[in-house]
Amino acid sequence: MNSPAPFLHVGFILISLSNLFLIVFMLVLFAVALIAPFPHRIRHDRSDRRD
Amino acid sequence: MRHHRQISKKEYYRGVQMLPYDLIKELAIATGVMLVVVLVLAAVLSSPDEPSVTVQSWAKAAPLDYVTTATAELAGTAESAAYGPPYDQHHQGDDVQAIGPFAPQIWFGVHVPINAATDYVLQPLSESSPGDPQLAAALTEYRSASHAQQQSWLTAYTAALGKATVSGDTVNVPQGHYGPLPTMMDAMLELGRSGAMDGLLLSGQHFYQTDYSLPLMFMASGGYLAGLAHQYKMEGNQWGMMNETGSYPGQAWLWLYTFWYQIPPFLTATNADLIVVIIMGVLSIVLMLLPLIPGLRDIPRWVPVHRLVWRNYYQEIARVAASRQGPAPSATSG
Amino acid sequence: MTEQLAARRDAAAPTPAAPDAAGGMVEEPGWTAAVRRNLARRMPLTELLPSTQPAYVGSWVYVFGVTTIAALVWTIASGTILAFMGSAWWHTSALGHFVNSVHFWGAQMFFLFMVLHLWGKFWMASWRDGRAATWAVGVVIFLASIVTAFTGYLIQENFDSQWIAVNAKDAINATGLGGFFNVLNFGQMYGIHVMLMPIVVTLLVVLHILQVRTRGVVRPIGDPYTPTPETGGDTPEGRLEA
Repeated sequence: MNSPAPFLHVGFILISLSNLFLIVFMLVLFAVALIAPFPHRIRHDRSDRRD
Repeated sequence: MRHHRQISKKEYYRGVQMLPYDLIKELAIATGVMLVVVLVLAAVLSSPDEPSVTVQSWAKAAPLDYVTTATAELAGTAESAAYGPPYDQHHQGDDVQAIGPFAPQIWFGVHVPINAATDYVLQPLSESSPGDPQLAAALTEYRSASHAQQQSWLTAYTAALGKATVSGDTVNVPQGHYGPLPTMMDAMLELGRSGAMDGLLLSGQHFYQTDYSLPLMFMASGGYLAGLAHQYKMEGNQWGMMNETGSYPGQAWLWLYTFWYQIPPFLTATNADLIVVIIMGVLSIVLMLLPLIPGLRDIPRWVPVHRLVWRNYYQEIARVAASRQGPAPSATSG
Repeated sequence: MTEQLAARRDAAAPTPAAPDAAGGMVEEPGWTAAVRRNLARRMPLTELLPSTQPAYVGSWVYVFGVTTIAALVWTIASGTILAFMGSAWWHTSALGHFVNSVHFWGAQMFFLFMVLHLWGKFWMASWRDGRAATWAVGVVIFLASIVTAFTGYLIQENFDSQWIAVNAKDAINATGLGGFFNVLNFGQMYGIHVMLMPIVVTLLVVLHILQVRTRGVVRPIGDPYTPTPETGGDTPEGRLEA
């Protein structure tokens, strides 16, 4: 990790792959949080409630 | 938006099914998982720690840059010598940032005074001149010369440094009329190489020192520190604010701040810093007051990300409405 | 915090008002009693630490707030160790460097989850129904955290700190504040990072959580049954009643 990071250079955009990875990871994590089913919530049948 | 403060939480939740939710257990699990995450990241990836530059390492690695900077400090042309407030009051020229008559840099005045010629050259040399008659004589000659004579020497010597060569421990300039400057600058280089300069720039009236304004401004005036920053792509025009030494992620949250410096007119504007600070200040206030700004606050209603977040609830509303066979209330009426 | 509040609530609960001679109820006079009544009304423990949540709180997006707090916990914990051991320790000790790494990644995770939390709350328009102040305090926390991280980068005592100080001074000097917030002054930045900003961020986070808990979780966008002062909280009978 102490060696220089590779950089992506497109037009005026210059970003280290480390930062790019971090940002892509955030976007993926956000998308997963939106899509993944959340456990133990919304019971259509109230007798199904858990404590 | 209006008047809802009058509703209690109980009233607000009315009609909504309440389900068990263990907040403290959630916090405990999150804290435990986060501990594992940071421990693993720390163990596997470590953290950046590129050693600091000292005046000594600068003078050794780039003696010509060091001597050129010291000469510029004496001549009053270095960044730290001609910066203007908050370092000195005498220069309020192109380096001071303003937007027309709006010039807070000048209004607030000098609070970290730097007298470049004295602080960086004359004072350190005179402190080290006892026991060095040649240097003492050179200092006396420089101090007793007329301003015009000093400028003449400095101009000639500065030009000569452009053609200088470095051999071993010395910087060699072509023959010329530089007065006492070669003696003084040789001594400056010696002070730098020995590490004495690092101490001399910190010694003030106090025993304890935590203020590195003087040595940092000295390094900022040279090209060595900036050259290293350029290698790490940490300069302003390299999106440098969000970059880090090594392969580590930097302050990625500064992406918008550093973005402005990459595009015209900020790319070349001499008052870019002031304009960008104002832009980011305004944008921060806009973000803070976003709930009150029509249009901006409506974006989440127009872009149906919320349909994913609350998809079960919206289905439930539709199901209940259908089972009651009444007219289904629109779930998007806002 | 919550213990104090609990104590105040318990003290206040039995005698929120006393019967007067005519048999009516009068509130105890005085500023202290007024503050106590206000706290007891706005922040009873059952409201601060509810064991149930509305059925619509059912998405992983809701988890980013608590993970941000978790990252803050470990950032402050590792920072406390670094403060105790002295600023030079982590440059010379392998254990010190590891603690610094925990601090570094803790801060990175704190920002990562704080921004995810911000994205989530934006797309849910969580400022609705009287929650604009909660959003505004959240933005202030974000800005205060940037100052905290910035001062942290300045006191690493390595090349990073030197360059960030030299590069950042121009922006702060341009505003005229460079003489008072001198990024070249290590001692000043050290005090601000180690003492002042952690207190500011922590207090703001506590305020933010109290705001969230006292108002409750905002209802889904477009929920046709959202109670208003006009409807008095009336909802169609039987629908989703617990």
